[in-house]
Amino acid sequence: MKLELRGITKRFGDFTANNKIDLVVESGSVHALLGENGAGKSTLMNVLFGLYDADEGSILLNDEEVDFAGPGDAMNAGIGMVHQHFMLVPVFTVAENVMLGHEEIRGPAKLLDLALAREKVREISDRFGFNVDPDALIENLSVGAQQRVEIIKALSREAQVLILDEPTAVLTPQETDELLQIVKQLRDAGTAVVLITHKLREVQAIADTITVIRRGEVVGTADPSDSQAELASLMVGRDVSMTVAKGEATPGADVLTVENLTVVSALSGATVLDDVSFTVRAGEILAVAGVQGNGQTELAEAILSVVPVAGGTVSLDGRNLTGMSIREVLDAGVGFVPEDRTEDGVVSSFTVANNLILDLYDQEPFAKRGAIDPKVVLANAQKQVDRFDVRTTSTQALTGELSGGNQQKVVLARELARELKVLIASQPTRGLDVGSIEFVHKRIIEERDKGVAVIIVSSELDEVMALADRIAVMFHGKIVDIVPPDTDRDTLGLMMAGAQVEAEKA
Amino acid sequence: MTEKTVTPRAEAPLEPSRGRSVVREILESSTMVVVSAVIASLLIGGLLILLADEQVRETAGYFFSRPGDTVSAIFGTLASAYSAMFQGAVLNFNASSFAGVVKPFTQTLTMATPLIFAGLGLGIGFRAGLFNIGAQGQLLIGATVGGYVGFAWDLPYGLHLLVAVVGCAIGGALWGLIPGVLKARTGAHEVIVTIMLNYIALNLVAWLLTLNTFQREGSNNPISPIVAGTAQYPQLFGAQFPLHLGFLLAIASAFGVWWLMERSTLGFEFRAVGANPRASRAAGMSVSKAYIMVMVVSGALAGLAGSAQVLGTEKVLTTATAGSLGFDAITVALLGRSRPLGTVLAAILFGGLRAAGPTLQVQANLPVDIVLVIQALIVLFIAAPPLVRTMFRLPVPANEKEVAA
Repeated sequence: MKLELRGITKRFGDFTANNKIDLVVESGSVHALLGENGAGKSTLMNVLFGLYDADEGSILLNDEEVDFAGPGDAMNAGIGMVHQHFMLVPVFTVAENVMLGHEEIRGPAKLLDLALAREKVREISDRFGFNVDPDALIENLSVGAQQRVEIIKALSREAQVLILDEPTAVLTPQETDELLQIVKQLRDAGTAVVLITHKLREVQAIADTITVIRRGEVVGTADPSDSQAELASLMVGRDVSMTVAKGEATPGADVLTVENLTVVSALSGATVLDDVSFTVRAGEILAVAGVQGNGQTELAEAILSVVPVAGGTVSLDGRNLTGMSIREVLDAGVGFVPEDRTEDGVVSSFTVANNLILDLYDQEPFAKRGAIDPKVVLANAQKQVDRFDVRTTSTQALTGELSGGNQQKVVLARELARELKVLIASQPTRGLDVGSIEFVHKRIIEERDKGVAVIIVSSELDEVMALADRIAVMFHGKIVDIVPPDTDRDTLGLMMAGAQVEAEKA
Repeated sequence: MTEKTVTPRAEAPLEPSRGRSVVREILESSTMVVVSAVIASLLIGGLLILLADEQVRETAGYFFSRPGDTVSAIFGTLASAYSAMFQGAVLNFNASSFAGVVKPFTQTLTMATPLIFAGLGLGIGFRAGLFNIGAQGQLLIGATVGGYVGFAWDLPYGLHLLVAVVGCAIGGALWGLIPGVLKARTGAHEVIVTIMLNYIALNLVAWLLTLNTFQREGSNNPISPIVAGTAQYPQLFGAQFPLHLGFLLAIASAFGVWWLMERSTLGFEFRAVGANPRASRAAGMSVSKAYIMVMVVSGALAGLAGSAQVLGTEKVLTTATAGSLGFDAITVALLGRSRPLGTVLAAILFGGLRAAGPTLQVQANLPVDIVLVIQALIVLFIAAPPLVRTMFRLPVPANEKEVAA
């Protein structure tokens, strides 16, 4: 089976998301679609999957032109897609989910043939060694297993082309390796796999051919043996340094001390942060690693007083911060880059200038006696926009119109404008392109070198290893261990899955 | 491990409600959409006028034999209806004196005054993410306090009016404080609380008006004594025009609200909390405090709307003092997109519609309810921006465009 896209163009209003894109995918090969966020990869795949109508161009299957009116057509033609966000019903079993949408029925009473679905799941699972129980409820499965269910779903519909949209974003390093193994098996079994990603390591590991997309256009094809730097510069359009230049840390005195910190979820009553203790010194970066949802978010929010603390203390230079208001914690010298930029970081409908003073709006020189001075606000905005290279049409533009990377620069610029003792950054580069990641990392290291105690919460192992002076690994609300930055990936991966590994203590 | 437990501070839930996102969509619709909505309402109103007109119905009965009759009846009816509206709300060219010519417009502005006050207050709430439905009750309580000061106290000229006006504002602010505190401390939804407080206010005033302190001497009706002359808003252009000082105060308030929302730190907080409470909180603002302050300011302005009634046009307190002003003000605020200038213009439009009512009845022989129908149509259209955009082929605003992945 051969799938070909010819001259696909997709526009949204004035914006061209895909411009004359050509792509050929052959059976038994892995085709990587490499590009930054917003480059148009997902749009292209949504055109292919029948979710969008292309404005120009055609799709050919085995050299015959096809027209998909919707995902149903695409699936019938043998195209399967595993979305970044899984499309599964959590309270259904694996077999029920696999059956969903093309239910098998039997007998005159037209009963659901669950046995057949179960058998199908078992067969596919055995064939590829997925180890998935057809009767397990989705909500009880790990993220990696859920993803395998999505793959089974596609394969059960005889998919010959499988599209994986950013499949590793939600996986632990071990699960990522497992997934890559699965992809290899599928390829060897004759499936054509399209892998959408911006992670260079994965591309190099399994891709047979690489197409690089930038700003909606194919900018070239690359070979998996090309160096990461070459791939990155093709993707971004300029040279980027893949490793952050970072000198030795010169840690000073203890700045932030967390003792026995415990947080209980207000919603479920579960203990989401369990008796966590650590210390961060001036001029060092402590990276908190872990798979999403193991208490890292709550740790950052508890330090900032965003969530109430059920037990334990946080102290800054010996001063107890526990129970203070967020305002007081900020004023004590804590900078905060929240995990969810659009929800917690910026007010999208505010101008860039106003977002740059979101936590300084009532302080001099921006405000005097309750009145904001627009001139000072604008002058400050211009200064920060220049300093952080925020790409915006004007300081008066709405922040929601900026790209993710530029919104993050606004948040960073605002937080770093204050005199900080501690900087807490949660997932500081999530969803950012390579160029912005480089910039953000540089700034964070600059803060460290200025003597700020930095805590980075990240589920990206690459980021953790690039920035950390010490790594704290979290699992199920506890810190498994704190290890030095040269700990190898496998050890960290095992710790992230909760294993107590004999590692050198930092 | 230390067993010290820090009690979670009471914080209102921060999830944006469906209602809030609807309000946001209305507030973000363009000026063109709003203007189109008004035009569409007037046109459809015209259609209803035709249906209600006897002559049109009669001539339509023999339309196919003499269509000319129907057409001329249609034009005649529409011409008289719209000219009656114009004469009732703007200028009356049939009048013999200059005063008579401009009197309808001063009437319009007088009718608009309480709507400007209350609309400004509600607009602040909408922009801060609070759907205050309680202007009705806040207005009534404001009028009660201010009215009491007006008829029961004896103060010198000037000071008396000032104290009475401040009394109106305080009364409204107190009635707004209740839902504000409940929302901030317990998360009680302001829509429910303010609606209920409207009923409480109405019945409270009804009861007060049975007491000797409030009820007019010698009257069995629920009506207060007339407010002392020293506490009444002076008429701006003499006794023959109804327009009073309250109108100027309303315009001044519009400037004040503009300054508050666009220039003050408090307004910055209001807008930030309204647009994204989570980010505001993470930036160190107290969302609870903002909610309470918004309701107080919003209530105070509704209270001032009460002053326009009790110290301006009516000069007495009755259970009907609020009329439907508190609800009309919601439309005014939405129509004005919660901006001060927009609110003033929308209030004048509504004041004009109300002022035109009697003329419409007398001169064009149309039911006065047609004005209410037009108001209702305006509500309908501004609540559905996509409908208006489709009707007038207006472009979709940029922020609603599909975002490319």
